[in-house]
Amino acid sequence: MDQATLYIILAAAFGLFMAWGIGANDVANAMATSVGSKALTLKQAVVVAAVFEFAGAVLAGGEVTSTIRKGIVDAGLLSDTPEKLVFGMLSALLAAGLWLLIASRKGWPVSTTHSIVGAIVGFAAVGIGMDAVQWDKVGAIVGSWIVTPLIAGMIAYVIFTSVQKLILERDDPLARARRYVPMYMFLAGFTITLVTIFKGLKHVGIRLETAEAYGAAIAVGIVIALVGKYFISKIEVDEEANREFHFATVERVFGVLMVVTACAMAFAHGSNDVANAIGPVAAVVSIAQSGLVDQKATVSIWILLLGGGGIVVGLATFGRHVIRTVGEGITHLTPSRGFAAELAAATTIVVASGTGMPISTTQTLVGAVLGVGLARGIAAINLSVVRNIFMSWVITVPAGAVLAVIFFFILNAILG
Amino acid sequence: MATKNMLASVFGRSPVRPLQQHMGKVAACANELGSFFEAVSAGDWAKADEARSRVKLLEDEADAMKTEIRLNLPKSLFMPVARADLLDLVRVQDKIANKAKDITGLMKGRKMVLPESLRDLFNSYVAQSVAAVHQADKTVNELDELFESGFGGKEADIVEGMIRELDAVEKETDKLQVELRRKLFELEDTLKPVDVMFLYRIIDWIGDVADHAQRVGARLHLLLAR
Repeated sequence: MDQATLYIILAAAFGLFMAWGIGANDVANAMATSVGSKALTLKQAVVVAAVFEFAGAVLAGGEVTSTIRKGIVDAGLLSDTPEKLVFGMLSALLAAGLWLLIASRKGWPVSTTHSIVGAIVGFAAVGIGMDAVQWDKVGAIVGSWIVTPLIAGMIAYVIFTSVQKLILERDDPLARARRYVPMYMFLAGFTITLVTIFKGLKHVGIRLETAEAYGAAIAVGIVIALVGKYFISKIEVDEEANREFHFATVERVFGVLMVVTACAMAFAHGSNDVANAIGPVAAVVSIAQSGLVDQKATVSIWILLLGGGGIVVGLATFGRHVIRTVGEGITHLTPSRGFAAELAAATTIVVASGTGMPISTTQTLVGAVLGVGLARGIAAINLSVVRNIFMSWVITVPAGAVLAVIFFFILNAILG
Repeated sequence: MATKNMLASVFGRSPVRPLQQHMGKVAACANELGSFFEAVSAGDWAKADEARSRVKLLEDEADAMKTEIRLNLPKSLFMPVARADLLDLVRVQDKIANKAKDITGLMKGRKMVLPESLRDLFNSYVAQSVAAVHQADKTVNELDELFESGFGGKEADIVEGMIRELDAVEKETDKLQVELRRKLFELEDTLKPVDVMFLYRIIDWIGDVADHAQRVGARLHLLLAR
């Protein structure tokens, strides 16, 4: 077996392991809000997650993958020693995977994105040299970690306030929910499709004109809204439940909407987080195949498929249990809140994916939850936990970096 | 695999249901005042004792719930209403049960006898005061709907209407109190002075029960007004 094949096999194996870990652990955070608010059963959530994570990874995961692959390390410095980049990417995968394993065992709030970015910056800065890191890009990425939860929070605030004004505060919330909820569905389908078409699809070889893109997005939105409207019309008024809680039937209407936003959330998560696993793989593969530090080629479709597949396997093996556990912990989130948080987070994440920013989906979702909370939508939020989640990257980035440096020198010694 | 998930722990325990359950317990406690006064009017101290021990038991349970609510409202909790307002609400709710316990305790301890001509009036006074507590309970029961609708619009109007009704019920209690005091004043010379003193005190306390119920409504009003 020649060196190149060995590198590709190693990278694929490590990448698959990482994707498996994302499917096992990370997906739960994207799906749990839907399970917790009982909009989806556990089984439905697993199916939705499998389909839309995969679709998100393949259709819209290309930009972030490119960033991870060639946006952080200045590969131009390595044209004489391409194997250094191979070792570095392999050690980054190992480091991030190990750190995530430790963190999930301990229950620490750790993001895959922060681990992998930390690991890549670590091996590049120490293993190769400070100049090898594209610090302006890294700065932009770190900036996006602060901006995205804020944006998601603002969008969630606006969405939930509109729900209050249009539906919940009115005399006939049920009739209004039946009328307006399909419009939110349209909004969800429209935005996600539009961003995906503009930013993602070129990696699968599809290109649409602007007018076509808008047309397609509107069509998708209308189809989703019509299907949703049909299911909403089938919801009957439950007098018994309404006596106990006047908004019981209204919430069931929002439950249908939350199925849509859960799909959007899974899609968004797949589009952003799969890159953490396959970005380094893509880097290794392109070097191993050409022997050059190639900056031009786009990400091969089989690598995106590998990442999407890994996530689905992780979901099928461990993810189900984690989703159930997290879902059981989130019981106070009703669909009218959950959808607002999910829609805001999904939109923000898909836009970030489109611009190639690797962000933390969990932090974005938490930002959106806070936004709903600021609109007086959530009975109680543990600010201490929120603070821990937002501060977690301060530890995770250096931890990933240190581990990556260690692995880098080990791999250098063994393979180099 | 980790059992405690960070996303799940973002959501704190909602204080709404516990607050409603506490108020329900308090209302059940105050409700026993009715049978207690009937037993006392009939001179049946065995029955009165039973009612008194039920009041004590319910008051104890309400106390435990109050403590539980306080422990679950740490300062780091971010809520759509001020934490101080919620703590105040549970405090006022709890006072109702305390007062009911005080009333039955004092009357039992002194084996107080109600003057025959005042018994009917006493019973309806107590009933009216307890009605105020029930109205407060009903209003607190709208708290989950208030949280759901975001404290505005139609639901806020409903709650405001209920608070107005609570105020009306309390006003009725006041009227009965005035009448009862007037009648007791007329009887004063025929009764032992110490007994009269304590009868006035019991009248005051029964009025306090309705007062606290009204204050529960006022606290809810504060939650609305933001």
